Amino acid sequence: MSSTTATNSPTTVREPMLPSTYRVLRREQETADTVTLTLERDGEALAAACEPGQFNMLYAFGVGEVPISVSAASDVGEPLVHTIRSVGKTSAALARLKPGQSLGVRGPFGNVWPLDDYEGHDIVVIAGGIGLAPLRPVVRRVLERRASFGHLVVLYGARHPSELLYLEELERWRASPDTTLGITVDRTTGVEWMGPVGIVPRLLARARFDPIETGLFLCGPEVMIEPCVREALTRKLPLEQVHVSLERNMHCAIGLCGHCQFGPHFICRDGPVFAYPDVESLLRVREL
Amino acid sequence: MWIADVEFLEALVAGLRQRGFRVVAPVERDDAIVYDEIRSAQELPRGVGDEQGPGRYRLVERGDSARFGFSVGPHTWKRFLFPARTTLFSATLEDEQLRFEPAVLPEQRYAFLGVRACELRAIALQDRVLIGSGHADAHYAALRAAAFLIAVQCGQAASTCFCASAGDGPRATDGFDLALTELLDAGEPRYLVEVGTDRGREVLESLPHADASEADRGAARAASEAAARQMRELPAESLHGVLASVREHARWDDVAERCLGCGNCTLVCPTCFCSKIEDSSELSAKRAERVRSWDSCFSFEYSHLHGGDVRTSTRSRYRQWLTHKLDTWHDQFGSSGCVGCGRCIAWCPVGIDLTEEVRVLCDKDAAAAAPVEGDV
Ligand SMILES: Cc1cc2nc3c(=O)[nH]c(=O)nc-3n(C[C@H](O)[C@H](O)[C@H](O)COP(=O)(O)OP(=O)(O)OC[C@H]3O[C@@H](n4cnc5c(N)ncnc54)[C@H](O)[C@@H]3O)c2cc1C
Ligand code: SF4
Repeated sequence: MSSTTATNSPTTVREPMLPSTYRVLRREQETADTVTLTLERDGEALAAACEPGQFNMLYAFGVGEVPISVSAASDVGEPLVHTIRSVGKTSAALARLKPGQSLGVRGPFGNVWPLDDYEGHDIVVIAGGIGLAPLRPVVRRVLERRASFGHLVVLYGARHPSELLYLEELERWRASPDTTLGITVDRTTGVEWMGPVGIVPRLLARARFDPIETGLFLCGPEVMIEPCVREALTRKLPLEQVHVSLERNMHCAIGLCGHCQFGPHFICRDGPVFAYPDVESLLRVREL
Repeated sequence: MWIADVEFLEALVAGLRQRGFRVVAPVERDDAIVYDEIRSAQELPRGVGDEQGPGRYRLVERGDSARFGFSVGPHTWKRFLFPARTTLFSATLEDEQLRFEPAVLPEQRYAFLGVRACELRAIALQDRVLIGSGHADAHYAALRAAAFLIAVQCGQAASTCFCASAGDGPRATDGFDLALTELLDAGEPRYLVEVGTDRGREVLESLPHADASEADRGAARAASEAAARQMRELPAESLHGVLASVREHARWDDVAERCLGCGNCTLVCPTCFCSKIEDSSELSAKRAERVRSWDSCFSFEYSHLHGGDVRTSTRSRYRQWLTHKLDTWHDQFGSSGCVGCGRCIAWCPVGIDLTEEVRVLCDKDAAAAAPVEGDV
């Protein structure tokens, strides 16, 4: 169900601010500053299931705790998968972890991409930068259940070709049936690049989808949302079918610390995924 | 309803202490009325009143022997129920074994003596946030469940009070174990006592008291009526949807010219609940700790995102505070987050008066003239 949240999952820890111990099983260096960690739960208890769109609070011992989306869905007891870009103190500490090392995990939190609502429809996935991490499980699910969906369009923008995530997987997506992959970069300094240069919304203008029967899922820098939505409107895509994942400072992830407020919403609890019309007017307010 | 004379207070404090409560009450310190533990009713202020106004608070001699002759001061009960700093867990990392040890839940049993109606309402609002909205805060819940609340009905309002328009007004009707109304008709005060709970009744029964006369009840009613005459007010008890509709009002720029962004208003607010989580480790790097402490939406880091803070202007931070308190709180918790205690008015160093800001922001004629963009 699209409304599943982990809060009622029996494997969720009882004291909501207390992490459980996990261990790095695998570490893949995606780019110079980004790694994908596969995490296994220590001890007897089973890891909770994580759905596309949800996030966990990852705790680097003595350093801090930050929200990180799941970059792969996982079932109860399965390892968790997270892709982390090192941008500051805590994300850097997490990205440095090596196989065998421990960290704390709380979660999962937040709602899910409402993919189930779009069975039989075309799916458009738009990602900017690290925004591909929370959307990768959406693409994977569509490809796993290929017959349940129409055409799949993945549009992905990065600052530079060297910052592209999941290179091998992108090639597999490109080769998948009934799938269009568009990749664009801002700059190409120092590398040979045959693909488009520029912003993602431009790719959307040319993408193939049936506007009436399409679900659009978007995650990236907030400045990307508006131009994408404008392009979607030009293509006559009803805006209720646009879903965006939003980001705000988060300390507790359980709606108590106040930090992630976005107008009436707590992003940790009411989001991070929102139907665009629910946040449209809020996104227009500067410094909300 | 019952009536008791002033010795009742001493017996009450002693009785509660015997039952294992730490009695916390108003005391005079550093030219203000603050809340602290008392061992005897002798420690209560005597004949002390206060004068409050925007950016102004001072104690005055009342010329009587009232023990509760003042309005609310800078402290709120949240400093006991939701302490400014709480350790949530410690963690150890040795030989790649990471272990978490949750902090022990607090065992203090507080008896609060002198809780005003606005403060009872504030406690009820914090209950809703910290216990009633999904993930209960175990520390708050433990302290709250044990707390014994003795309300004191206000006999006068400060000039900064506006509970009559923001909340249920100055007379507490529930949410207390016992409630006292101070009657000042004789030399020493007498107290009209109301019972709110069974454990309140149990405590009262062990103390000297008599049936209240009709005259005593009348005097208590008159006291509450006096306290209901207030200088300040909100335009309506519910401003749901109102402030959120004027997010681009020019008044936010105007208030930002005056606001220092100090966050005093959030510290003295009895319902502000924002907190931050800080993780740190000892120098040995083998033991770490997580501490939760009060935070304020006026701090820069509050809205920090890698790549920049969201609310860099004072305008946006004041707007977040006021709009959350009076408007989006309704969306989140089903009521306003303001109880009308007026602390943010008195303790704002530059005397910003939220009732005045709200009046201007909600003034339809002025709003029509102001540029309103984007949000509707
Ligand atoms: C729902 C959600 C999902 C996310 N998923 C991912 C992901 O899959 N991969 C990834 O690399 N990043 C993700 N992020 C962003 C990631 O949380 C931040 O990069 C990280 O918090 C930065 O912390 P820092 O200590 O390294 O940086 P600093 O800049 O030093 O930040 C200090 C503190 O500010 C807060 N903070 C800073 N930036 C953010 C931010 N963007 N979002 C929330 N809090 C922030 C954190 O509390 C952090 O500890 C996600 C954020 C959210 C809200
Ligand atoms: S309103 Fe007053 S108390 Fe609040 S932050 Fe501004 S100056 Fe400080």
